[in-house]
Amino acid sequence: MIDLTLAIAKEIETRFPKGVAPDERSGYEGYLVEAGKLVEFATALRDELGYDFLSSVTGVDYMPEEKMEVVYHVYRSTGGGALVFKVQVPRQNPVLPSLVEVFPGADFQEREAWDLLGIRFEGHPNHKRILMWEGFEGHPLRKDWEEAYFEEESKPFDARWPGGDVYRAEDENPFTKNVVYPQDFNPETWIPDGDKALYAGMKEIETDESLETEQIVVNLGPQHPSTHGVFRMVATLAGETVVKLEPVMGYLHRNHEKIGERNTYLMNIPFTDRLDYLASMSNNFGYVLAVEKLLGKKAVVPERAEYIRVIMAEFTRIANHVFAIGTLLNDMGAYFTPMLYALQERELILDIFEAAAGSRMMCNYYRFGGLARDLPPGVEGKMRDLAFERLPRKIDELDRYLTENEVLRARCEGVGVLTPEEAIAYSAVGPVLRASGVPYDVRRADPYSIYDRFDFDVAVAYHGDVYDRYLVRMEEIRQSIRILQQALDDLPEGEIMTGKPRYSIRVPAGEAYGRVEGPKGELGFYVVSDGSANPWRYHVRAPSFINLTALSKMCEGDKVADAIVILGSIDIVLGETDR
Amino acid sequence: MYGKGIIKGLGVTLKHFLDTYIDDIRMGKKRYSDEGIEYRSSKDVRGLFTVQYPEEKLPTPEEFRFIPFLVYDEVEDGEREIRCTSCGICAKVCPPQCIWIERSEDPKTGRPIPEPANFYIDVDICMNCGLCAEFCPFDAIIMDHDYELAVYNRFENNIYDKEKLLKPAEYYLDIRPLNYQIQADARAEKEAKKAAAKAKKEAAAAAKG
Repeated sequence: MIDLTLAIAKEIETRFPKGVAPDERSGYEGYLVEAGKLVEFATALRDELGYDFLSSVTGVDYMPEEKMEVVYHVYRSTGGGALVFKVQVPRQNPVLPSLVEVFPGADFQEREAWDLLGIRFEGHPNHKRILMWEGFEGHPLRKDWEEAYFEEESKPFDARWPGGDVYRAEDENPFTKNVVYPQDFNPETWIPDGDKALYAGMKEIETDESLETEQIVVNLGPQHPSTHGVFRMVATLAGETVVKLEPVMGYLHRNHEKIGERNTYLMNIPFTDRLDYLASMSNNFGYVLAVEKLLGKKAVVPERAEYIRVIMAEFTRIANHVFAIGTLLNDMGAYFTPMLYALQERELILDIFEAAAGSRMMCNYYRFGGLARDLPPGVEGKMRDLAFERLPRKIDELDRYLTENEVLRARCEGVGVLTPEEAIAYSAVGPVLRASGVPYDVRRADPYSIYDRFDFDVAVAYHGDVYDRYLVRMEEIRQSIRILQQALDDLPEGEIMTGKPRYSIRVPAGEAYGRVEGPKGELGFYVVSDGSANPWRYHVRAPSFINLTALSKMCEGDKVADAIVILGSIDIVLGETDR
Repeated sequence: MYGKGIIKGLGVTLKHFLDTYIDDIRMGKKRYSDEGIEYRSSKDVRGLFTVQYPEEKLPTPEEFRFIPFLVYDEVEDGEREIRCTSCGICAKVCPPQCIWIERSEDPKTGRPIPEPANFYIDVDICMNCGLCAEFCPFDAIIMDHDYELAVYNRFENNIYDKEKLLKPAEYYLDIRPLNYQIQADARAEKEAKKAAAKAKKEAAAAAKG
C-alpha cells in the first residue's frame, strides 16, 4: 500500500514538476495544484493513474489568509485510499476552471460551492445557485456572512449562563435587524429570476422523433407525495417522453454546515441525526470517524464499542432498505401494502434503537472514542431475535411477495439505465453504483472500523436499471443480516468508551475526511480543525444529493411516469439532499 | 406461466390478512391488555401490529428521552432540595442552546450561591438529544418520558421555568430505575471515599496531637 502511494507520488512529481506541490501544512495531506494546471492534472489522474471516481468537491474559506481553497477527493473505483488535491484562489476573486468535463459528478458539488461560498467555476455548463434561490444576497458559508437572528460566532452563547436573559428569535421582526436586502428590493413583489432562467433553459429541445409533438414544461413537485419530500423536478416533455429534466432542490435547506461550524464538535453529533433521518446511526458513524481521525490516539475505540457500532449501522441499513423498497413500490402505485409490510420490520429495528439510544430516529448514540452508553439489559436478546429469526424469514417473505411480480418487473426492467462508465463518471454511490455493475462498497474498498473482520459479499447487479437497484437492496439486506449474525456472535464484553466522557474536546489542527458506506451510499464528512473548540469547516458529502446528479441522465428518453420510479429507485432523503 | 409472480405475491397478502384474524381469535381479550401490546411489538407478531393510540400506548424503554426536567430531593418537612448547582454545563453543552440559567446571589455578600434563581428551557427549540443529562455532574437534569406536550399556545406555554421543570427524585426512580441506581451507587461510593479520607485525616491529626 505504501509502495503504491509512493509510486504515485513519484509519478505525479515527474509528470508535473511545476504547478503541483505536496501540501505541507501540518495535519494536511495531498497536493496543492495551481488553478491553471487543474484540468490537466485531473485528467491525468483519471486517465493515467486510475483515480476515476470523484468523491467530494468542496470549498473552505480561509478568511484570515485571504484565501479560498477548493478540496477534491478522488478514489479509484477498484478500491483503496483517497488522493486529495486542492486549489487555492484569492478570496476576493475566487475563480478556477470547472471539472465537469473531466468528472461530470462535480456538477452539483461545484454549484454548491458557488452557492454557499461564492467560488466561481469557469466553464461550468449550468452555473447557477443550487440550494439557495437565485437572487439571494451573499454566500452563506463565508466566514463573514451573518444570518438572520445572528447571535454569536460560536456556541455556547454568552447569554445563556450565568446571565440568562434570552428572548425568542421570532419575537424579533425579521425585516429590521440582521437581514440585508438589496436596494430597491421588495419581497412582496419579487418574482424569482432563477425560475425564469430555469424555464428558459427547458424549452424547445430538438429531438429526432419523426412524430411532431408539442413540447411542454412540467413541474413535478415541489409538494408531491412521489417526490419523497419537498423536491421539484422540472421536465420538458415531448408527448409523454422526458427530453430534459432538471432537479430543483433546497426547499429544506437550513445551512447545516454553517450550524456545524458554530457548534462544538460534540454538539454536531445530534445535528448529523437530522441529515438522513432514516439512517441516523450511519450519519453519527461517519462524523465520529472523521473527528476520530483528527483526534488520533486520543480517541481509541474499545472493541465492544466497535462491534456495537457495526451492529447499529447494519440495522440502520436494513431499516433504510426495507423503507426504500416500500416507498419505491408506493411510487409505482402499489399503494401502501408493501410499504406497511416493510415498515413493520423497520418498526422492530427502531424499537431496538429506542431502547439503546433513547430515540427511534434521532439516535445520537455515537461519541468520539466510543458510544454514549452500553446496551441496556435485554436489548442484545432482542437483536439476536431479529437477526437470527425474524429478519431472514421476513426478507424471504418480501422477496416472495415482490421480486417475481410481473407488474413490478414490467415497470422496472430497462427503466432508468445507467451504464457502469456513466455511474462512475457521475459519482453515483451506493446501490445506484452497484446496480450498474461496479462492485464498489466502502466497507470493502476502503475498510473502516472493523469491517475487514466480517465475511460478506458486495451486492452487485449488472443491468443498471431500477429493477437491479431493487435487487441490490434486497441482497444488501441479506448481507447485512450476515454481518449482524457474525457481529452478535463475537460481541465481546468490556468498556464502551475509553476514558471519561468529556464535553469539551480539543481537536488538533488539520483536516480529515471520514467516509462510511451509509445505506444511501458513500457518506463523507470533511472536517477542518484550527485547534479551537469549533470546527473551522464542516462539510457533508451527502450521497442523496450527489446521486441526483445522474437523475436527468437516467430519466432522459423514459416516460414521465418512469421518472417518478427512477427517483424512487435512487432513494433520496431530502433532509440530506438539502442540508 | 405469466402472472405466477402476482399470484404468489397475493398469497403473501392473503396470509397476512388471515394471520390478523388468527391472532385475534387466539389472543382473545388478551390482545388489548399490556401483554397483547407487548406481543404486537415482539418478533413473533404475524398479523396486524398497530397500536391504537391514545387508548393503547407502547411502553417507553428506560433510555427513552424527551425534554429534560430538574430533579429535587425531598428532605424533612417537605422542603425541596434542588440538585442543580447552576454550574452551567448543561447550558454550555446544549446543541440548540435552549437552556438558560439565572444564578442566584447571596443577598448579603453578593456572591453566587449554588442554586439557580431560575432555570429555563425553551421546549420548542429543545432537540431531545440528552446531552445535558449525559454531562450533568450532579445528576440534576434528567430526560423525561412524558411525550404528550401539545398545547394551544406555544408562546405562552412552551418556555418552561424552574417551577414547571422540577420533579421529585421518586419520579426519576420510577421512570429510570436502573440509571437511578447506578448514579446513587456512584454518589454513595464517592461520599464513602470522602468520609474515609476525612476519617483518615482526622486520625492522622489525632495521632499527631
